[in-house]
Amino acid sequence: MADEELIRLEDVWVHYDNVAILEAVNLSIKRDDFLGIIGPNGGGKTTLLKVILGLVKPTSGKVTVLGGTPQRNRKFIGYVAQNSLFDHDFPISVLEVVLMGRYGKVGLVKRFSEDDKKAALKALQTVEMINYKDKQIGRLSGGEQQRVLIARALVAEPKMLLLDEPTTGVDMPMQTEFYELLAGLKYSMSIVLVSHDISAVSIYVDKIACLNHQLYYHGSKEVGPEVLEATYKCPVQMIAHGIPHRVLKEH
Amino acid sequence: MRNALAAGVLAAIACGIIGVYVVVKKIVFISGGIAHASFGGIGLGFLLGINPVLVALFFTVASALGMGFVSRRTKLPQDTVIGIFWAVGMALGIIFVGLSPGYAGDLFSYLFGNILLVPTSDLILMLILDAVIALVVFLLYKGFLAISFDEEFGVVVGAPVEFLYLTLLCLIALTVVVLIRVVGIILVIAMLTIPAAVAKQFTYDLKKMMLLSTLVGIVFILCGLWLSYELDLASGATTVIVSGVLFLVSFGFRTLIARRRPLTQPP
Repeated sequence: MADEELIRLEDVWVHYDNVAILEAVNLSIKRDDFLGIIGPNGGGKTTLLKVILGLVKPTSGKVTVLGGTPQRNRKFIGYVAQNSLFDHDFPISVLEVVLMGRYGKVGLVKRFSEDDKKAALKALQTVEMINYKDKQIGRLSGGEQQRVLIARALVAEPKMLLLDEPTTGVDMPMQTEFYELLAGLKYSMSIVLVSHDISAVSIYVDKIACLNHQLYYHGSKEVGPEVLEATYKCPVQMIAHGIPHRVLKEH
Repeated sequence: MRNALAAGVLAAIACGIIGVYVVVKKIVFISGGIAHASFGGIGLGFLLGINPVLVALFFTVASALGMGFVSRRTKLPQDTVIGIFWAVGMALGIIFVGLSPGYAGDLFSYLFGNILLVPTSDLILMLILDAVIALVVFLLYKGFLAISFDEEFGVVVGAPVEFLYLTLLCLIALTVVVLIRVVGIILVIAMLTIPAAVAKQFTYDLKKMMLLSTLVGIVFILCGLWLSYELDLASGATTVIVSGVLFLVSFGFRTLIARRRPLTQPP
Protein backbone atom coordinates (compact mmCIF):
# COMPACT_ATOMS: atom_id res chain seq x y z
CA MET A 1 0.00 0.00 0.00
CA ALA A 2 2.83 2.35 0.81
CA ASP A 3 3.92 2.71 -2.79
CA GLU A 4 0.38 2.91 -4.16
CA GLU A 5 0.31 5.65 -6.75
CA LEU A 6 -2.04 8.53 -5.93
CA ILE A 7 -1.16 11.03 -8.66
CA ARG A 8 0.21 10.46 -12.12
CA LEU A 9 1.04 13.16 -14.65
CA GLU A 10 2.13 12.07 -18.12
CA ASP A 11 3.65 14.57 -20.54
CA VAL A 12 1.48 17.41 -19.23
CA TRP A 13 1.64 20.77 -21.01
CA VAL A 14 -0.18 23.90 -19.90
CA HIS A 15 -0.31 27.11 -21.93
CA TYR A 16 -1.78 30.47 -21.01
CA ASP A 17 -2.28 32.57 -24.12
CA ASN A 18 0.30 30.54 -26.05
CA VAL A 19 2.93 30.88 -23.34
CA ALA A 20 3.99 27.52 -21.95
CA ILE A 21 3.67 27.38 -18.16
CA LEU A 22 4.27 23.65 -17.77
CA GLU A 23 6.40 21.80 -20.30
CA ALA A 24 6.26 18.03 -20.66
CA VAL A 25 5.80 17.42 -16.93
CA ASN A 26 5.90 13.82 -15.74
CA LEU A 27 5.26 13.14 -12.08
CA SER A 28 4.25 10.25 -9.89
CA ILE A 29 3.22 10.76 -6.26
CA LYS A 30 2.89 7.77 -3.98
CA ARG A 31 0.93 7.19 -0.80
CA ASP A 32 3.71 7.78 1.72
CA ASP A 33 5.43 10.64 -0.12
CA PHE A 34 6.26 13.92 1.56
CA LEU A 35 7.29 15.86 -1.50
CA GLY A 36 8.57 19.42 -1.67
CA ILE A 37 8.30 21.23 -4.99
CA ILE A 38 10.62 24.22 -5.19
CA GLY A 39 11.23 26.72 -7.92
CA PRO A 40 11.18 30.42 -8.69
CA ASN A 41 8.01 32.51 -8.67
CA GLY A 42 6.22 32.22 -12.00
CA GLY A 43 7.75 28.80 -12.57
CA GLY A 44 4.36 27.07 -12.64
CA LYS A 45 4.17 25.69 -9.08
CA THR A 46 0.61 26.84 -8.39
CA THR A 47 -0.43 25.80 -11.90
CA LEU A 48 0.90 22.30 -11.25
CA LEU A 49 -1.24 22.00 -8.11
CA LYS A 50 -4.28 23.32 -9.97
CA VAL A 51 -3.73 20.76 -12.73
CA ILE A 52 -3.73 18.01 -10.13
CA LEU A 53 -6.98 19.43 -8.69
CA GLY A 54 -8.59 19.77 -12.10
CA LEU A 55 -8.90 23.55 -11.69
CA VAL A 56 -6.65 24.11 -14.72
CA LYS A 57 -7.11 21.94 -17.80
CA PRO A 58 -3.84 20.91 -19.46
CA THR A 59 -3.36 21.75 -23.12
CA SER A 60 -2.15 18.21 -23.58
CA GLY A 61 -1.08 15.24 -21.51
CA LYS A 62 -2.81 12.99 -19.03
CA VAL A 63 -3.58 13.57 -15.34
CA THR A 64 -4.71 10.68 -13.16
CA VAL A 65 -5.85 11.14 -9.56
CA LEU A 66 -6.40 7.89 -7.64
CA GLY A 67 -6.99 6.08 -10.89
CA GLY A 68 -9.62 8.53 -12.17
CA THR A 69 -10.02 12.07 -13.45
CA PRO A 70 -9.11 15.00 -11.18
CA GLN A 71 -12.72 16.24 -11.29
CA ARG A 72 -14.01 12.93 -9.98
CA ASN A 73 -11.41 12.22 -7.35
CA ARG A 74 -10.27 15.62 -6.09
CA LYS A 75 -12.60 15.15 -3.13
CA PHE A 76 -9.90 12.88 -1.73
CA ILE A 77 -7.37 15.70 -1.83
CA GLY A 78 -7.10 18.32 0.89
CA TYR A 79 -6.10 21.63 -0.68
CA VAL A 80 -4.54 24.58 1.12
CA ALA A 81 -4.27 27.51 -1.27
CA GLN A 82 -2.06 30.54 -0.82
CA ASN A 83 -3.04 32.32 2.34
CA SER A 84 -4.00 35.75 1.12
CA LEU A 85 -6.67 34.68 -1.35
CA PHE A 86 -9.78 35.24 0.77
CA ASP A 87 -11.31 38.41 2.16
CA HIS A 88 -9.97 38.71 5.71
CA ASP A 89 -12.90 40.86 6.73
CA PHE A 90 -15.42 38.17 5.75
CA PRO A 91 -18.03 37.53 8.45
CA ILE A 92 -17.26 33.86 9.09
CA SER A 93 -16.04 32.02 12.18
CA VAL A 94 -13.12 29.60 12.34
CA LEU A 95 -15.51 26.66 12.88
CA GLU A 96 -17.61 27.66 9.86
CA VAL A 97 -14.48 27.86 7.69
CA VAL A 98 -13.47 24.34 8.71
CA LEU A 99 -17.00 23.00 8.16
CA MET A 100 -16.74 24.11 4.52
CA GLY A 101 -14.31 21.23 4.07
CA ARG A 102 -17.22 18.84 4.70
CA TYR A 103 -19.34 20.32 1.89
CA GLY A 104 -18.71 17.41 -0.46
CA LYS A 105 -19.89 14.91 2.12
CA VAL A 106 -23.14 16.75 2.84
CA GLY A 107 -24.64 17.76 -0.50
CA LEU A 108 -26.55 20.72 -1.87
CA VAL A 109 -29.48 21.39 0.47
CA LYS A 110 -28.71 19.40 3.63
CA ARG A 111 -27.33 21.18 6.68
CA PHE A 112 -24.13 20.20 8.46
CA SER A 113 -24.85 17.44 11.00
CA GLU A 114 -23.49 16.87 14.50
CA ASP A 115 -21.02 14.40 12.97
CA ASP A 116 -19.73 17.12 10.64
CA LYS A 117 -19.30 19.45 13.61
CA LYS A 118 -17.48 16.75 15.55
CA ALA A 119 -15.15 16.15 12.61
CA ALA A 120 -14.50 19.89 12.36
CA LEU A 121 -13.71 20.17 16.06
CA LYS A 122 -11.40 17.16 15.80
CA ALA A 123 -9.56 18.75 12.86
CA LEU A 124 -9.21 21.96 14.87
CA GLN A 125 -7.77 19.92 17.72
CA THR A 126 -5.24 18.33 15.36
CA VAL A 127 -3.92 21.76 14.36
CA GLU A 128 -4.23 23.04 17.95
CA MET A 129 -6.72 25.76 17.10
CA ILE A 130 -9.73 24.47 19.06
CA ASN A 131 -9.71 27.46 21.41
CA TYR A 132 -10.20 29.81 18.49
CA LYS A 133 -13.25 28.09 17.01
CA ASP A 134 -15.64 31.01 17.48
CA LYS A 135 -13.24 33.75 16.39
CA GLN A 136 -13.74 35.55 13.13
CA ILE A 137 -11.14 34.22 10.67
CA GLY A 138 -9.62 37.64 9.95
CA ARG A 139 -8.75 38.21 13.62
CA LEU A 140 -6.17 35.44 13.58
CA SER A 141 -2.52 35.89 12.68
CA GLY A 142 -1.18 34.55 9.39
CA GLY A 143 0.17 31.39 10.98
CA GLU A 144 -3.06 30.72 12.86
CA GLN A 145 -5.10 31.22 9.69
CA GLN A 146 -2.85 28.76 7.91
CA ARG A 147 -3.55 26.16 10.60
CA VAL A 148 -7.28 26.71 10.21
CA LEU A 149 -7.00 26.24 6.46
CA ILE A 150 -5.15 22.98 7.07
CA ALA A 151 -7.95 21.90 9.41
CA ARG A 152 -10.40 22.71 6.62
CA ALA A 153 -8.42 20.48 4.27
CA LEU A 154 -8.13 17.68 6.87
CA VAL A 155 -11.78 17.60 7.88
CA ALA A 156 -12.81 15.60 4.81
CA GLU A 157 -10.24 12.92 5.74
CA PRO A 158 -8.19 13.26 2.55
CA LYS A 159 -5.66 10.78 1.23
CA MET A 160 -3.28 13.59 0.37
CA LEU A 161 -2.62 17.19 1.24
CA LEU A 162 -1.57 19.84 -1.29
CA LEU A 163 -0.09 23.00 0.23
CA ASP A 164 0.70 26.09 -1.83
CA GLU A 165 3.30 28.41 -0.26
CA PRO A 166 1.92 27.66 3.22
CA THR A 167 4.42 29.78 5.13
CA THR A 168 3.82 33.06 3.30
CA GLY A 169 3.12 35.74 5.90
CA VAL A 170 3.96 33.40 8.79
CA ASP A 171 6.70 34.51 11.18
CA MET A 172 9.75 32.33 11.82
CA PRO A 173 8.85 30.66 15.16
CA MET A 174 5.38 29.87 13.80
CA GLN A 175 6.94 28.43 10.65
CA THR A 176 8.89 25.88 12.65
CA GLU A 177 5.77 24.84 14.55
CA PHE A 178 3.97 24.65 11.26
CA TYR A 179 6.49 22.25 9.71
CA GLU A 180 6.41 20.12 12.86
CA LEU A 181 2.65 19.86 12.41
CA LEU A 182 3.16 18.61 8.86
CA ALA A 183 5.84 16.19 9.99
CA GLY A 184 3.23 14.72 12.35
CA LEU A 185 0.65 14.39 9.57
CA LYS A 186 2.92 12.72 7.05
CA TYR A 187 2.35 9.28 8.53
CA SER A 188 -1.36 9.36 7.78
CA MET A 189 -1.35 10.91 4.31
CA SER A 190 0.75 11.92 1.37
CA ILE A 191 1.84 15.58 1.47
CA VAL A 192 2.92 17.82 -1.38
CA LEU A 193 4.35 21.17 -0.39
CA VAL A 194 5.06 23.93 -2.87
CA SER A 195 7.40 26.73 -1.92
CA HIS A 196 10.06 29.10 -3.16
CA ASP A 197 11.70 28.88 0.27
CA ILE A 198 14.20 26.13 -0.47
CA SER A 199 16.05 25.84 2.81
CA ALA A 200 13.03 25.53 5.11
CA VAL A 201 11.29 23.04 2.89
CA SER A 202 14.26 20.79 2.40
CA ILE A 203 14.71 20.12 6.11
CA TYR A 204 11.31 18.52 6.51
CA VAL A 205 10.37 16.89 3.23
CA ASP A 206 11.55 13.45 2.11
CA LYS A 207 11.77 14.18 -1.60
CA ILE A 208 12.39 17.31 -3.60
CA ALA A 209 11.35 18.24 -7.12
CA CYS A 210 12.46 21.42 -8.88
CA LEU A 211 10.03 23.19 -11.15
CA ASN A 212 10.70 25.97 -13.59
CA HIS A 213 8.25 25.19 -16.41
CA GLN A 214 10.03 21.84 -16.63
CA LEU A 215 10.06 19.47 -13.68
CA TYR A 216 13.26 17.89 -12.41
CA TYR A 217 12.54 14.99 -10.09
CA HIS A 218 14.29 11.75 -9.45
CA GLY A 219 12.31 10.50 -6.49
CA SER A 220 14.88 11.53 -3.91
CA LYS A 221 16.09 14.46 -1.89
CA GLU A 222 19.34 14.74 -3.80
CA VAL A 223 19.35 17.87 -5.87
CA GLY A 224 22.46 18.29 -7.97
CA PRO A 225 23.85 21.73 -8.75
CA GLU A 226 23.13 21.24 -12.45
CA VAL A 227 19.43 20.78 -11.65
CA LEU A 228 19.33 23.91 -9.53
CA GLU A 229 21.09 25.76 -12.27
CA ALA A 230 18.51 24.62 -14.77
CA THR A 231 15.70 25.48 -12.37
CA TYR A 232 16.80 28.89 -11.24
CA LYS A 233 18.88 29.95 -14.20
CA CYS A 234 21.29 31.86 -11.96
CA PRO A 235 23.61 29.20 -10.59
CA VAL A 236 26.17 30.90 -8.39
CA GLN A 237 24.01 33.04 -6.14
CA MET A 238 21.23 30.54 -5.65
CA ILE A 239 23.59 27.79 -4.64
CA ALA A 240 25.52 30.07 -2.33
CA HIS A 241 22.43 31.46 -0.58
CA GLY A 242 19.53 29.15 -1.03
CA ILE A 243 20.92 25.68 -0.62
CA PRO A 244 22.89 24.87 2.51
CA HIS A 245 24.99 21.80 1.77
CA ARG A 246 23.60 19.88 4.71
CA VAL A 247 20.33 19.84 2.84
CA LEU A 248 21.81 18.18 -0.18
CA LYS A 249 23.99 15.48 1.29
CA GLU A 250 23.61 15.00 4.98
CA HIS A 251 19.93 14.05 4.97
CA MET B 1 -50.48 54.33 4.05
CA ARG B 2 -50.88 50.81 5.35
CA ASN B 3 -49.76 49.53 1.95
CA ALA B 4 -46.72 51.78 2.20
CA LEU B 5 -45.73 50.32 5.58
CA ALA B 6 -46.19 46.76 4.34
CA ALA B 7 -44.20 47.51 1.18
CA GLY B 8 -41.41 48.99 3.29
CA VAL B 9 -41.16 45.93 5.50
CA LEU B 10 -41.29 43.51 2.55
CA ALA B 11 -38.59 45.47 0.75
CA ALA B 12 -36.40 45.53 3.87
CA ILE B 13 -36.63 41.75 4.23
CA ALA B 14 -35.52 41.11 0.65
CA CYS B 15 -32.66 43.59 0.72
CA GLY B 16 -31.72 42.56 4.26
CA ILE B 17 -31.07 38.97 3.19
CA ILE B 18 -29.69 39.43 -0.32
CA GLY B 19 -27.87 42.70 0.42
CA VAL B 20 -25.62 40.75 2.80
CA TYR B 21 -24.42 38.55 -0.07
CA VAL B 22 -24.04 41.56 -2.36
CA VAL B 23 -21.79 43.21 0.22
CA VAL B 24 -19.71 40.26 1.45
CA LYS B 25 -19.23 38.73 -2.01
CA LYS B 26 -18.46 42.21 -3.40
CA ILE B 27 -20.86 41.95 -6.30
CA VAL B 28 -22.25 45.47 -6.02
CA PHE B 29 -21.49 46.32 -9.64
CA ILE B 30 -23.28 43.32 -11.14
CA SER B 31 -26.21 44.06 -8.82
CA GLY B 32 -26.28 47.60 -10.21
CA GLY B 33 -26.28 46.14 -13.70
CA ILE B 34 -29.17 43.81 -12.89
CA ALA B 35 -31.12 46.67 -11.31
CA HIS B 36 -30.73 49.01 -14.25
CA ALA B 37 -31.34 46.35 -16.89
CA SER B 38 -34.73 45.78 -15.25
CA PHE B 39 -35.88 49.03 -16.85
CA GLY B 40 -36.13 47.11 -20.13
CA GLY B 41 -38.80 44.96 -18.48
CA ILE B 42 -40.70 47.97 -17.17
CA GLY B 43 -40.69 49.48 -20.68
CA LEU B 44 -41.84 46.19 -22.20
CA GLY B 45 -44.70 46.09 -19.68
CA PHE B 46 -45.82 49.55 -20.80
CA LEU B 47 -45.61 48.49 -24.45
CA LEU B 48 -47.61 45.30 -23.92
CA GLY B 49 -50.06 46.87 -21.53
CA ILE B 50 -49.29 44.31 -18.82
CA ASN B 51 -48.30 45.11 -15.21
CA PRO B 52 -44.73 46.45 -15.71
CA VAL B 53 -43.48 44.95 -12.43
CA LEU B 54 -44.58 41.48 -13.52
CA VAL B 55 -42.85 41.82 -16.90
CA ALA B 56 -39.78 43.25 -15.18
CA LEU B 57 -39.64 40.12 -13.02
CA PHE B 58 -39.02 37.86 -16.02
CA PHE B 59 -36.92 40.39 -17.88
CA THR B 60 -34.63 40.99 -14.89
CA VAL B 61 -34.11 37.30 -14.14
CA ALA B 62 -33.27 36.74 -17.82
CA SER B 63 -30.75 39.59 -17.91
CA ALA B 64 -29.18 38.44 -14.61
CA LEU B 65 -28.72 34.96 -16.05
CA GLY B 66 -27.36 36.50 -19.26
CA MET B 67 -24.80 38.59 -17.39
CA GLY B 68 -23.73 35.70 -15.21
CA PHE B 69 -23.55 33.21 -18.05
CA VAL B 70 -21.65 35.44 -20.50
CA SER B 71 -19.16 36.62 -17.88
CA ARG B 72 -18.40 33.08 -16.72
CA ARG B 73 -18.34 31.28 -20.04
CA THR B 74 -16.45 33.83 -22.16
CA LYS B 75 -13.10 35.48 -21.64
CA LEU B 76 -14.66 38.95 -21.65
CA PRO B 77 -13.87 40.91 -18.49
CA GLN B 78 -16.84 40.73 -16.15
CA ASP B 79 -17.19 44.47 -15.65
CA THR B 80 -17.33 44.99 -19.42
CA VAL B 81 -20.15 42.45 -19.72
CA ILE B 82 -22.03 44.13 -16.88
CA GLY B 83 -21.60 47.57 -18.43
CA ILE B 84 -23.02 46.36 -21.74
CA PHE B 85 -26.05 44.63 -20.21
CA TRP B 86 -26.65 47.64 -17.92
CA ALA B 87 -26.81 50.14 -20.78
CA VAL B 88 -28.61 47.92 -23.31
CA GLY B 89 -31.29 47.02 -20.75
CA MET B 90 -31.98 50.68 -19.99
CA ALA B 91 -31.90 51.63 -23.69
CA LEU B 92 -34.45 48.91 -24.49
CA GLY B 93 -36.68 50.32 -21.76
CA ILE B 94 -36.51 53.81 -23.26
CA ILE B 95 -37.30 52.49 -26.76
CA PHE B 96 -40.21 50.38 -25.48
CA VAL B 97 -41.69 53.31 -23.55
CA GLY B 98 -41.31 55.52 -26.64
CA LEU B 99 -43.18 52.98 -28.76
CA SER B 100 -45.98 52.62 -26.19
CA PRO B 101 -49.26 54.32 -27.03
CA GLY B 102 -50.41 57.09 -24.72
CA TYR B 103 -48.66 58.90 -21.93
CA ALA B 104 -46.48 56.91 -19.52
CA GLY B 105 -47.42 59.04 -16.56
CA ASP B 106 -46.17 56.88 -13.69
CA LEU B 107 -42.85 56.08 -15.36
CA PHE B 108 -41.13 58.18 -12.72
CA SER B 109 -42.50 56.03 -9.93
CA TYR B 110 -40.60 53.07 -11.40
CA LEU B 111 -37.39 55.02 -11.89
CA PHE B 112 -37.35 56.78 -8.54
CA GLY B 113 -39.89 54.81 -6.54
CA ASN B 114 -43.01 55.89 -4.77
CA ILE B 115 -43.81 53.80 -1.76
CA LEU B 116 -47.14 55.62 -1.33
CA LEU B 117 -48.44 54.32 -4.65
CA VAL B 118 -47.85 50.57 -4.24
CA PRO B 119 -51.06 48.75 -5.26
CA THR B 120 -52.19 45.69 -3.33
CA SER B 121 -51.51 43.44 -6.35
CA ASP B 122 -47.82 44.42 -6.26
CA LEU B 123 -47.76 43.85 -2.49
CA ILE B 124 -48.85 40.26 -3.04
CA LEU B 125 -46.12 39.81 -5.66
CA MET B 126 -43.56 41.26 -3.22
CA LEU B 127 -44.73 38.87 -0.52
CA ILE B 128 -44.35 35.87 -2.85
CA LEU B 129 -40.88 37.00 -3.96
CA ASP B 130 -39.79 37.48 -0.34
CA ALA B 131 -40.94 33.95 0.43
CA VAL B 132 -39.03 32.54 -2.55
CA ILE B 133 -35.87 34.44 -1.58
CA ALA B 134 -36.04 33.30 2.05
CA LEU B 135 -36.72 29.68 1.08
CA VAL B 136 -33.88 29.46 -1.45
CA VAL B 137 -31.40 31.09 0.94
CA PHE B 138 -32.51 28.70 3.68
CA LEU B 139 -31.93 25.69 1.42
CA LEU B 140 -28.68 26.84 -0.19
CA TYR B 141 -27.20 28.76 2.76
CA LYS B 142 -24.14 26.51 3.00
CA GLY B 143 -23.46 26.72 -0.74
CA PHE B 144 -23.84 30.49 -0.88
CA LEU B 145 -21.43 30.78 2.03
CA ALA B 146 -18.96 28.50 0.22
CA ILE B 147 -18.95 30.53 -3.01
CA SER B 148 -18.90 33.85 -1.17
CA PHE B 149 -15.98 33.05 1.09
CA ASP B 150 -13.71 30.98 -1.15
CA GLU B 151 -15.07 29.96 -4.52
CA GLU B 152 -12.01 27.98 -5.60
CA PHE B 153 -12.15 25.83 -2.49
CA GLY B 154 -15.85 25.37 -3.19
CA VAL B 155 -14.95 23.86 -6.57
CA VAL B 156 -12.44 21.51 -4.95
CA VAL B 157 -14.93 20.19 -2.37
CA GLY B 158 -17.52 19.65 -5.09
CA ALA B 159 -19.92 22.59 -4.71
CA PRO B 160 -21.78 23.37 -7.97
CA VAL B 161 -20.38 26.89 -7.97
CA GLU B 162 -21.79 28.03 -11.31
CA PHE B 163 -25.29 26.88 -10.42
CA LEU B 164 -25.02 28.58 -7.02
CA TYR B 165 -23.68 31.80 -8.53
CA LEU B 166 -26.43 32.00 -11.18
CA THR B 167 -29.04 31.22 -8.52
CA LEU B 168 -27.69 34.03 -6.37
CA LEU B 169 -27.90 36.42 -9.34
CA CYS B 170 -31.53 35.36 -9.87
CA LEU B 171 -32.26 36.14 -6.22
CA ILE B 172 -30.67 39.56 -6.70
CA ALA B 173 -33.01 40.03 -9.70
CA LEU B 174 -36.01 39.11 -7.52
CA THR B 175 -34.84 41.54 -4.84
CA VAL B 176 -34.54 44.28 -7.44
CA VAL B 177 -38.14 43.67 -8.48
CA VAL B 178 -39.27 43.82 -4.84
CA LEU B 179 -37.44 47.13 -4.40
CA ILE B 180 -38.52 48.86 -7.64
CA ARG B 181 -41.80 50.17 -6.19
CA VAL B 182 -40.17 51.36 -2.99
CA VAL B 183 -36.99 53.19 -4.03
CA GLY B 184 -37.04 52.91 -7.82
CA ILE B 185 -34.63 51.37 -10.30
CA ILE B 186 -32.04 54.15 -10.05
CA LEU B 187 -31.81 53.86 -6.26
CA VAL B 188 -32.16 50.08 -5.77
CA ILE B 189 -28.42 49.66 -5.33
CA ALA B 190 -28.55 51.84 -2.21
CA MET B 191 -30.89 49.45 -0.44
CA LEU B 192 -28.85 46.45 -1.60
CA THR B 193 -25.69 47.84 -0.04
CA ILE B 194 -26.29 50.32 2.78
CA PRO B 195 -28.31 48.24 5.29
CA ALA B 196 -25.90 45.29 4.89
CA ALA B 197 -22.87 47.58 5.14
CA VAL B 198 -24.23 49.02 8.40
CA ALA B 199 -24.93 45.53 9.77
CA LYS B 200 -21.44 44.32 8.81
CA GLN B 201 -19.90 46.80 11.19
CA PHE B 202 -21.56 45.23 14.20
CA THR B 203 -21.43 41.48 13.68
CA TYR B 204 -19.18 38.76 12.28
CA ASP B 205 -22.02 36.24 11.95
CA LEU B 206 -23.66 36.06 8.53
CA LYS B 207 -27.10 35.06 9.87
CA LYS B 208 -27.10 37.81 12.49
CA MET B 209 -25.94 40.18 9.78
CA MET B 210 -29.03 39.30 7.70
CA LEU B 211 -31.34 39.87 10.65
CA LEU B 212 -29.66 43.12 11.61
CA SER B 213 -29.61 44.48 8.08
CA THR B 214 -33.32 43.68 7.70
CA LEU B 215 -34.07 45.67 10.87
CA VAL B 216 -31.80 48.47 9.71
CA GLY B 217 -33.59 48.45 6.34
CA ILE B 218 -36.98 48.78 8.05
CA VAL B 219 -35.72 51.72 10.11
CA PHE B 220 -34.29 53.39 6.98
CA ILE B 221 -37.45 52.98 4.95
CA LEU B 222 -39.78 54.09 7.75
CA CYS B 223 -37.60 57.14 8.51
CA GLY B 224 -37.50 57.95 4.80
CA LEU B 225 -41.26 57.57 4.53
CA TRP B 226 -41.93 59.79 7.54
CA LEU B 227 -39.44 62.48 6.48
CA SER B 228 -40.68 62.55 2.89
CA TYR B 229 -44.21 63.01 4.23
CA GLU B 230 -43.24 65.76 6.68
CA LEU B 231 -41.04 67.65 4.21
CA ASP B 232 -43.03 66.80 1.08
CA LEU B 233 -40.06 65.20 -0.73
CA ALA B 234 -39.77 62.18 -3.05
CA SER B 235 -39.97 59.08 -0.82
CA GLY B 236 -37.37 56.93 -2.61
CA ALA B 237 -34.70 59.61 -2.70
CA THR B 238 -35.41 60.62 0.90
CA THR B 239 -35.00 57.01 2.02
CA VAL B 240 -31.64 56.78 0.28
CA ILE B 241 -30.43 60.07 1.79
CA VAL B 242 -31.51 58.90 5.24
CA SER B 243 -29.67 55.60 4.68
CA GLY B 244 -26.50 57.37 3.58
CA VAL B 245 -26.52 59.69 6.57
CA LEU B 246 -27.24 56.89 9.04
CA PHE B 247 -24.46 54.82 7.46
CA LEU B 248 -22.02 57.67 8.17
CA VAL B 249 -23.31 57.89 11.75
CA SER B 250 -22.90 54.14 12.30
CA PHE B 251 -19.46 54.20 10.70
CA GLY B 252 -18.38 57.02 13.01
CA PHE B 253 -19.85 55.21 16.02
CA ARG B 254 -18.05 51.97 15.06
CA THR B 255 -14.76 53.82 14.64
CA LEU B 256 -15.15 55.40 18.08
CA ILE B 257 -15.83 52.01 19.70
CA ALA B 258 -12.95 50.44 17.82
CA ARG B 259 -10.60 53.06 19.22
CA ARG B 260 -11.60 52.18 22.76
CA ARG B 261 -11.76 48.45 22.15
CA PRO B 262 -9.68 47.55 19.10
CA LEU B 263 -11.25 45.00 16.75
CA THR B 264 -7.87 43.47 16.05
CA GLN B 265 -7.15 42.91 19.72
CA PRO B 266 -5.42 39.56 20.32
CA PRO B 267 -7.62 36.82 21.78
